[in-house]
Amino acid sequence: MSEAKKIGAEAVAEKGWLAAHKWLLLRRISQLAILALFLLGPLAGIWIVKGNLAYSLTLNTLPLTDPYVLLQSLLAGHVPEKIGLIGAAIVLVFYFLAGGRVYCSWVCPVNLVTDAAAWLRERLGIKGNAHISRQTRYWVLAMTFVLALSSGTIAWELINPVSMLHRGLIFGIGMAWTIILSVFLFDLLVSQNGWCGHVCPVGAFYSVLGKWSPLRVSAIKRSDCNDCMDCYAVCPEPQVIKPALKGEAKGLGPLILSPNCTNCGRCIDVCSKSVFRFGIRK
Amino acid sequence: MARDNQPKPGGTNFTRRQFLTDTLKTACAVGLLGTGLGLYAKQARALPPLAIRPPGALLESDFQGACIRCGLCVRDCPPQILALAKPEQQVATGTPFFVARELPCEMCEDIPCVKACPTGALDHQLTDITKSRMGLAVLVDHETCLNFLGMRCDVCYRVCPLIDKAITLEIQHNQRTTKHAMFLPTVHSDACTGCGKCEKACVLEEAAIRVFPVKLAKGEMGHHYRLGWEEKKKAGKSLVAPEIDHQYNLPEGFKYEHGGGLTPDVGGESVAPGTRPGFPKATHGDKL
Repeated sequence: MSEAKKIGAEAVAEKGWLAAHKWLLLRRISQLAILALFLLGPLAGIWIVKGNLAYSLTLNTLPLTDPYVLLQSLLAGHVPEKIGLIGAAIVLVFYFLAGGRVYCSWVCPVNLVTDAAAWLRERLGIKGNAHISRQTRYWVLAMTFVLALSSGTIAWELINPVSMLHRGLIFGIGMAWTIILSVFLFDLLVSQNGWCGHVCPVGAFYSVLGKWSPLRVSAIKRSDCNDCMDCYAVCPEPQVIKPALKGEAKGLGPLILSPNCTNCGRCIDVCSKSVFRFGIRK
Repeated sequence: MARDNQPKPGGTNFTRRQFLTDTLKTACAVGLLGTGLGLYAKQARALPPLAIRPPGALLESDFQGACIRCGLCVRDCPPQILALAKPEQQVATGTPFFVARELPCEMCEDIPCVKACPTGALDHQLTDITKSRMGLAVLVDHETCLNFLGMRCDVCYRVCPLIDKAITLEIQHNQRTTKHAMFLPTVHSDACTGCGKCEKACVLEEAAIRVFPVKLAKGEMGHHYRLGWEEKKKAGKSLVAPEIDHQYNLPEGFKYEHGGGLTPDVGGESVAPGTRPGFPKATHGDKL
């Protein structure tokens, strides 16, 4: 790697290391804290949260259900208990407000795996990249619904790496680590941001859910942009930036409106000109 | 980026063709994945016989559409007998089960596993654990069961939470010793919950009594079959009219009564004086 053009180096020089990693650190804290809450029960016997990301009960009162898996169950022809529906409603409202793919970047444990792959890919300078359409995930999403409908089972959950990793860490992973390793190697060697950015139907579901979310990253000071391209380089969904950052001439607003944006905030971190910040859609 | 904006001769056509090709490619790849997953899902619906679902579990075909694999039943099971299936196990990944020979269901009266289920994959209608049908115990091996060999092991019978209802000991003559009784453990499907205590407790290396899914364990009569004696009891009278007494073909001057055997018929036509009636060995053996 060329030391001269390290992503975010300018931002570190300008704002200091901590400020240039603020959202990344907060995101890691969020991911690890959520995992720790789930693990506290089985490892230390402190039962604040019971269950896993499919459904959990916090302090024996707050139900949280994954609306994606519940929707598949409904399509399979089963109506859940009321508490399962309430849990899904709470989660739906939260991600509708916070941005659907906040799930991907702030909660999902696979993000740690794929971010590690992306980091290593850059460190090793791996350039090879299979062409996979970013629309693939929506096709996979549709496929999971069709399968639930036609088989009467939640078929996707048989192989879903997201639930397998989270459930595995909490309830015992077995051979599921091979699937997680496959996702890691896929991202490392086959396709850059391949799993989360191209294939994963869980992310696609949350994209759809967050299409109208008010919380957005805004290129509020886009006139200050010095075209260093660091935000594009660091972003797992770089195609979402351009309309907001470069769309002034076309009359487009500064908010990143693409539902594929994960609200991870890395663009805010790596920008030495502080072009980006979180904003609210009006 | 600028290169995309330059007008090219036939550019639109190329883009459209490219778009269609890409879309078709993606659709085919995803379709292939879906087909594979669909077939796998079909296979995964076959629950292996030794894996038992928690109390109140819906039929396997419905269960896998209802269970979201959260593990709350596992957490709320006081004796901690349940586990979520790992991908290398034959049970559908992430769904709860137990293996009776390792740890049987303790049949908690308040059924916490069912209460914890947020979807009803474990049916909340189940409020009396004795009504649960996790499976059905079957005495699969009459050749190794110690009671069938004439001993008094009785362990499965003794540990049964529904002793004398789900498992009874049925007395039979021991043909081998000719002078003892055999006490045969007999499972009754109208009471057995499939908790698996009997299988766990069986003293053999491999259990002679095992819990199987009800579908595997039970036969099913032809739907038009009727049991005459039960129909008779229901009706309060014989359904065959008139009821005919059984006719015996006996040597002259004898009568036969069930339990009483063959006796000279003193009330009827007398046997000629001085003659001793012969015993019809050939027709009835020595069991009369």
